[in-house]
Amino acid sequence: MTAPSTINTGLPLLSVVIFSPLVAAAGATLIGHERLLRWWTLVSTTVVAVLSLPLWWRFNPDTAAFQFREQVAWIPFLKVDYSLGIDGISLLLVLLTTLIMPLCVLASWRYITSRVKEFMICMLVMETAMIGVFCALDAILFFVFWEAMLIPMALMIGVWGGPRRVYAAIKFFIYTMAGSVFLLVALIALRLKTGSFSIEGMMGQNYPAGFQLWVFAAFFLSFAIKVPMFPFHTWLPAAHVEAPTAGSVLLASVLLKMGTYGFLRFCLPITPHATHVFAPYLLALSVIAILYGGFTALAQSDLKKLVAYSSVGHMGFATLGIFVLNASGLEGAVLVMINHGVTTGALFICVGLIYERLHTRELGEAAGIGKFVPVFSGFLGVFCLSSLAFPGTNSFIGEFLVLAGSFAHSKTLTVFVVPGVIIAAAYMFRMLQRVAWGGTNNPAHTGLKDLEFREVVTLAPLLVFVFWIGLHPQPFVRVMHATVLHLLQQAGQVIPPAAVALP
Amino acid sequence: MSLSLFIAFLPELVLLAGGLVLFYLTLGESRTRPARIASLLIAVATIGACVVALRAEAQLFYDAYRVDGFSQLLKLVFAAGYLFTVLLCRDFDDIRADIRPEFYLFLNLSLIGFVLLVSSVDIITLVVSLELSSFPLFLLVAMRREREGQKSQMESAMKFMMFGVGANGIMLFGLSYLFGLTGTTSLPLMIQKLQPVIDTPLAIAGLGLTMAGLFYKLAVFPFHFWTPDVYQGSSNETAGIIASLPKVGAVVVLVRVVSAAKPDSHTIAQLLTFLAIASMFYGNLVALIQRDVKRLLGFSTIAHAGYTLLGLVALDAFGYAAALYYIIGYLFMVLACFTVVSRVSHDGANVALEDLAGLHKRSPLLTATLVIGVFALAGIPPFVGFMGKFTLLTAALSKGHLALVIIAVINAAIAVYYYLRIVREAFFRDSPDGAPPVIALDWSTRVLCVLLIAGIIALGVMPSVIIDTIASSVSNLAVPLIAGR
Repeated sequence: MTAPSTINTGLPLLSVVIFSPLVAAAGATLIGHERLLRWWTLVSTTVVAVLSLPLWWRFNPDTAAFQFREQVAWIPFLKVDYSLGIDGISLLLVLLTTLIMPLCVLASWRYITSRVKEFMICMLVMETAMIGVFCALDAILFFVFWEAMLIPMALMIGVWGGPRRVYAAIKFFIYTMAGSVFLLVALIALRLKTGSFSIEGMMGQNYPAGFQLWVFAAFFLSFAIKVPMFPFHTWLPAAHVEAPTAGSVLLASVLLKMGTYGFLRFCLPITPHATHVFAPYLLALSVIAILYGGFTALAQSDLKKLVAYSSVGHMGFATLGIFVLNASGLEGAVLVMINHGVTTGALFICVGLIYERLHTRELGEAAGIGKFVPVFSGFLGVFCLSSLAFPGTNSFIGEFLVLAGSFAHSKTLTVFVVPGVIIAAAYMFRMLQRVAWGGTNNPAHTGLKDLEFREVVTLAPLLVFVFWIGLHPQPFVRVMHATVLHLLQQAGQVIPPAAVALP
Repeated sequence: MSLSLFIAFLPELVLLAGGLVLFYLTLGESRTRPARIASLLIAVATIGACVVALRAEAQLFYDAYRVDGFSQLLKLVFAAGYLFTVLLCRDFDDIRADIRPEFYLFLNLSLIGFVLLVSSVDIITLVVSLELSSFPLFLLVAMRREREGQKSQMESAMKFMMFGVGANGIMLFGLSYLFGLTGTTSLPLMIQKLQPVIDTPLAIAGLGLTMAGLFYKLAVFPFHFWTPDVYQGSSNETAGIIASLPKVGAVVVLVRVVSAAKPDSHTIAQLLTFLAIASMFYGNLVALIQRDVKRLLGFSTIAHAGYTLLGLVALDAFGYAAALYYIIGYLFMVLACFTVVSRVSHDGANVALEDLAGLHKRSPLLTATLVIGVFALAGIPPFVGFMGKFTLLTAALSKGHLALVIIAVINAAIAVYYYLRIVREAFFRDSPDGAPPVIALDWSTRVLCVLLIAGIIALGVMPSVIIDTIASSVSNLAVPLIAGR
């Protein structure tokens, strides 16, 4: 890769976006008052979101090169650089992160009552690490952000979570750590081959086949645990169920994306041969994840577990789209990642709102609250429809593209996926039906308060994106189109001329 | 000329003068406070002297003593470690009141040993400074007071001393072989003359025996068994001292000895690989079931000694620099943990994991120190533990030790569990008996905590400062200096 053709700005915009939450966290240590702390965090995350907007305006969608590049030698002895840059895929994920953060702060406004300062610091440190992961173009910088994120997330689950929080936190930590240590070994091995830790430098090197397979295996273990793909998903329900609302939202919206992002950033361009060798198995695992996640979600009576298992299914669509290795599949996969961030994040916030009111997440206990909280039911209804990929909502576009890509790849495969779509409708309607119209024989619900202004503000932006992406996906597809085509080239796949046109 | 020699020897002179002052103070009654203040002043003065002498280069005492970038950087590390340990020994209730000034004196003497050690390039000076550094520590262990239910300190001290003396003997025995083979006591000359015969069994036996003595100090399997017992039996502060300073000293000497081996010496590499694997697995697996925090840290020390050997296995300058960088980082991390143990401890008693429960309410600063120290030990970025492991893995992998590297990362993943147990108690749990007393921290503890946290983060984020300096000077360790005189 050559130097970027466009210098988008003279300002180190990415560094500013990455590190301003950390500065805000340092500021938060000096604030003693809880109310002030909440406002401080809300304002700083909002400022970060505003700061990240120029990335969208100044991004040049016509090139696949990394933009907003920054590069400084960090550890010259080891050839590690502080190297940042974004392409169309990471741009969307960065913006998703900065969008979700203020909403998470709002969602924790009343939920978090103890140790507010530590919580807010954890949130801000998380934001730095999450954005850093999507911007890093040096493998070690990537790894540093990737691992550093574990600490605040584990603390968030372990301190502010539900009854089995300690178990969930430790399980989450060990699973992720166990996967990522092999990632580190793979990165070092690549460095010894290429002579530097630059991710771009690692791409397109035509490594020996055996080497590629091993590196891919290490990548796979790490990313598959993060996604999580089917046999590695067991940490997810525990972590999701026990985490506080903001933790669940961050897990679903951002952390899971890091796994699929890893596949896109590392596996496809660095080990194309191995990707082709392993793709059939990964496709099989993806289909299993879609069906398994769906069926398991259907059987849940805990709302959070239901949404958590639906995540397994949705992420199955994302990995399916990635490994069919064609343009519509990949674009669909990226859109599924974004959509899942928006929709599942919103659903977790909704479950959090129910929990704040009823102090339970049991589906039976929450039955029939629709009559008393109409505004809430409206939001919930839209997000449920979006989650089951109802036409007109965001998820439809993503899943349609993935299915189109999968159809082009293999019809048999697609036949197995289709039931997954139907199950999604089944479990989502089951939940919506019970919660919104499930009878009024729960007298305790008569006194329920509908959403207040803060809560509406929390959900409204996500609602906007549900319909924006659902009805007019063009801007989102446009920014990643060049990147996706380039990625396919790197993955050694001929771009099919008749890539499915957008609806 | 004489001024520059004086400056080159300044840190040692400051410490020696300080030793005399402390000796004078031990002669009177109830001089704990003056001794502590004097120690603090000496530590600060030594740091200052080390900074002044940082760029000094000299060859002293008939080439037995070499002052170069390598030695001066490590002297600075030891001086900082000295300051940390003096700050750590604030209200050490568990040392008999009448001998507390002596505690400071012995600590000072031990430090003189370490500072001399890093400059010694003659095996006679090397052995003398090694003994000077370790003998006072044997005494520190025995200085824990006796009381109800606490009688293990004498056993620990005896164990520590008997095995320590034994290990020294073995090392001397190994050195005698090396001397016999080469006919010189000067390390650089010896290394040169060993090259033609390095693959003979005698040379390997000599090197192996010499290393065995050092492995004892570093607590490498199978020379590890004293570690948990001594940590448990000695007072919390003493355990902190034993866990930190001698490890750095041991790695320094190991680097000097191992650099005698050829870069492609399979026997030495295999030996080190085996010991590294055994140490990592043994330390980590046994640490999983410990309840006493000091014992847990003791077993984790064994595992970390194993990680450190990864750098030596590489048998090149980069590997040695990685090992030294890691052990310097380890000094900060382990002192952070022991600081918290010392302060949480009630009346100097040992601390069980459960005693840490609710620490976040009792003292946020201590909790932060402990959590950061523990995550750093677990190897999570951006702390020094991660950067250290990363350089070690890179060094070992660049020499093709793939299996060893994979075993090391598996161990890193295993170790996470017991480190998380500490975090769980300190940060997740509330103490069972309602509102526990808040731990009041004096200024010296606060300073110590902040310094350690800053060190752990700064070393992790900016590793080049240390690695570059060490790597450039390690590479010419084996080269005999042309005398500057």
